[in-house]
Amino acid sequence: MSTTTRTPLDHIRNFSIVAHIDHGKSTLADRLIQSTGGLAEREMSEQVLDSMDIERERGITIKAQTVRLHYKANNGEVYVLNLIDTPGHVDFAYEVSRSLSACEGSLLVVDASQGVEAQTLANVYQAIDNNHELVTVLNKIDLPAAEPDRIKQQIEEVIGIDASDAVLISAKTGLGIPDVLEAIVNHLPPPTSEGGETAPLKALLVDSWYDTYLGVMVLVRIIEGVLSKGQTIRMMGTDARYTVERVGVLTPKMVAMDSLGPGEIGFITASIKEVADTRVGDTITEDKKPTAHALPGFKPAQPVVFCGLFPVDAADFEDLRAAMGKLRLNDASFSFEMESSAALGFGFRCGFLGLLHLEIIQERLEREFDLDLIATAPSVVYRLTMTDGSERELHNPADMPDVVKISEIQEPWIKATILTPDDYLGGILKLCQDRRGIQTELTYVGKRAMLTYELPLNEVVFDFYDRLKSISKGYASFDYHLHGYREGNLVKMSIMVNGEPVDALSMLVHRSAAEKRGRDMCEKLKDLIPRHMFKIPIQAAIGGNVIARETISAMRKDVTAKCYGGDATRKRKLLDKQKEGKKRMRQFGKVDIPQEAFIAALKMGDE
Amino acid sequence: MLETLDPKTARIIPLTEATEPGFGVYVHWPFCAAKCPYCDFNSHVRHQQVDQARFVAAFKAEMAAARALSGPRTVTSIFLGGGTPSLMEPATVDAVLSQIGQLWHMPDGIEITMEANPSSVEATRFRGYRAAGVNRVSLGVQALNNRDLKWLGRLHDVEDALKAIRLAREIFPRMSFDLIYARPGQTVEAWADELRQAVDLAVDHLSLYQLTIEEGTPFFGLHKAGKITVPDDDMSAELYEATQAITAEIGMPAYEVSNHAAPGAESRHNLTYWRYGDYAGIGPGAHGRLTSGGEKFATATERHPETWLAKVETEGCGFVDCESLAREEQADELLLMGLRLREGVDLARWQALSGRDLDPAREDFLIEQGFIERLGNSRLRCTPKGMLVLDAVVADLAC
Repeated sequence: MSTTTRTPLDHIRNFSIVAHIDHGKSTLADRLIQSTGGLAEREMSEQVLDSMDIERERGITIKAQTVRLHYKANNGEVYVLNLIDTPGHVDFAYEVSRSLSACEGSLLVVDASQGVEAQTLANVYQAIDNNHELVTVLNKIDLPAAEPDRIKQQIEEVIGIDASDAVLISAKTGLGIPDVLEAIVNHLPPPTSEGGETAPLKALLVDSWYDTYLGVMVLVRIIEGVLSKGQTIRMMGTDARYTVERVGVLTPKMVAMDSLGPGEIGFITASIKEVADTRVGDTITEDKKPTAHALPGFKPAQPVVFCGLFPVDAADFEDLRAAMGKLRLNDASFSFEMESSAALGFGFRCGFLGLLHLEIIQERLEREFDLDLIATAPSVVYRLTMTDGSERELHNPADMPDVVKISEIQEPWIKATILTPDDYLGGILKLCQDRRGIQTELTYVGKRAMLTYELPLNEVVFDFYDRLKSISKGYASFDYHLHGYREGNLVKMSIMVNGEPVDALSMLVHRSAAEKRGRDMCEKLKDLIPRHMFKIPIQAAIGGNVIARETISAMRKDVTAKCYGGDATRKRKLLDKQKEGKKRMRQFGKVDIPQEAFIAALKMGDE
Repeated sequence: MLETLDPKTARIIPLTEATEPGFGVYVHWPFCAAKCPYCDFNSHVRHQQVDQARFVAAFKAEMAAARALSGPRTVTSIFLGGGTPSLMEPATVDAVLSQIGQLWHMPDGIEITMEANPSSVEATRFRGYRAAGVNRVSLGVQALNNRDLKWLGRLHDVEDALKAIRLAREIFPRMSFDLIYARPGQTVEAWADELRQAVDLAVDHLSLYQLTIEEGTPFFGLHKAGKITVPDDDMSAELYEATQAITAEIGMPAYEVSNHAAPGAESRHNLTYWRYGDYAGIGPGAHGRLTSGGEKFATATERHPETWLAKVETEGCGFVDCESLAREEQADELLLMGLRLREGVDLARWQALSGRDLDPAREDFLIEQGFIERLGNSRLRCTPKGMLVLDAVVADLAC
């Protein structure tokens, strides 16, 4: 491939795709790659851009991916189309905003039968915030349930954009794909560059990831100037300097270039040790000839949700540490520090961007590194004001200082948007109300209600999403963003099993919810902890006050009636299994709590 | 104080001698006239005549293989189990017993037990078995009312059972019979009545099993489908406790979880299992424990009768497993078998095998809670309370 001729700006289109999960974003991306010849037929696996197993299985994008397409338009000109596939989830809102700021336009993909969802809204507003031109694409029009006219109307009503010339496609069958490509060229604007090629280098760090062979790879969008091989660059946020080793583009295969010019999107490598050394949103400039102003909007990633991750088998602790280190290589937004729990032994307190991020990291640790983990209840970051006037952050309920030393506890709140068929509205209103929500808006779009609520995040990390899904049979969609801190009447609730506190189960809860939560937890544990040879009291307490109590009665009978010469082997093997099982149990005083009980108790999914 | 009465001399024999595990030979007859819906034993129904001579030849061959492994030993008991061994011709029994005497040292008067079903009992066959050397019979009576017998799939009725018991008492020096209790809907009162009747019929030994729903049996499916409701744990415990009280009262206390005998009338053969002695397991699906060259082997044979037969005929024995047990495995087996006995286990023996002591904190806790107790320096046993939750106690101690 030619690496010398620079593509003129008006022949470049940088765009991303905005869509709700399952509305076909990745399938569309695959089609675009396929029809512009980015990959041979045999190289196409389903959803090329979602490279992690989890991404493909869940149908979500976690890391931003990019692909450069060469498209010969109907007007005979060849265009370079750079698609940045953004993570679609609220946990990665900041990453999404940076990816969007690297583009001038977006394809708004909406399922032609399902219509607009909460996530579509959140992302489309972000795109609009980034001054994107939008091309509306209605997908899955081959399905019998497709109602393009109704959905167009809905888009106009809900989002307030003109959807009359929406492109109708089926990414699955390939129908309408050429129209999408033409719309990109004709309706999305080309990038602009004030200073052009001669200006000092100014590039946006869009994303970075770790490649086993090449080390840290950085995805960049050139705003002004030229980024070339051999150049010494400087990250303006961290002030770190590197020498550029490789420059190239992804088609999605890696193709080396000598340089990248204004408007272009590509990758570089520069002997950067860790992904943590690169900050999404940072400005890259040339060290010798720096640009005067960094790009606006840069901020470091802040963990929002914390939880403890412990190995089921204490012997796996070092493996867990190594695995976390490896994951962090590729995900700087995930943080961890060592923690020790009387209940769970040694593990790590980990910080995440949100619940999905937590789930993904946990799943990757278990799957890619073959670790069995116990996760404690997710907790948010509380701000404590002490009586001496000092302030501190609390990431772990177990670290809660003595209440008499605390003058105020503040908790994070979110602003949540929920879209739901109105059949489920009653149940959802009740759920939000139960979770201390404050309704700020309730509007209707056809038969769908759009709700806006302010909610304490700690009520949301606690099975809110699962409940919402079950109440709405999966039809409601939900999105949120952080909305500041507020004072809360919060108390630490401890759980005691047979008189021994189980630190991993302690949690900060709102005073008004403590009793119910305590009762639920005790009842749940009663069912989850197997009968022992003696009776076991289970208590929930605030300070020294027991607020709920259950008792597991003693096992009355557990003896094999018949056991003769032929049964010795079978019984021994059963005993071996029990021994294995005991390894997976945690001892609290005399009580063995199976790991499954922990997982289930910490989930509290179905009340 | 743990002590045992010698049945012949009535002298109190010391512990060490009393708990000598011995060496038993078990022979499995894998056929039944009908399969009972609760039974998960290796038993098969055949509509054609079974060629007993072929089985005799195969038993002999397999016994020779076991003898090669065990070396010369003195047999302390023989047990003909099944299936329904009383479907064997007396001549078959005679041939099997003679062969045992040829292969190992077999003193006169050792316990030779045979299982029999009341429906397959005829006086002439009983006399034949007795003549062949059988001196103890164990009858599968299972219940003393016709409704429950029918539900249990038994081919006999109460009258047959009574007849069989009478006959057995007349012909054999020793006899025992089995009952299954904790049947659906059974009350403590009803069971106590039935058990008192049984006690009157018994000589000095009874096996009283709680009904267990075993996987792979017709009852398992019915139970899963909710068509059989067995007594819950609390009810089972009450039934068990009533059983202990009644049998103790009339002088046949439990010497094992489900076995009751007047002192000295214990099944010598079954004691070998629980005392974790050696035994040869002969016939389809039989298990053995044989010590050879300082190692203890766990043997198991092919379960399917005709496949076993063919295997023995071509290979000389039907073993499908002959695994040397690790010492820790032996320690586990010793513990899980031995704690079933009222006499408990010899901890010194357990320590020698496991290479460790019991966790003192765990032992103290179990003692303090009244589940186990020490006897002298080196014996450990379950209390009656502990016996009810024996499996949990064993798991606690072994893990």
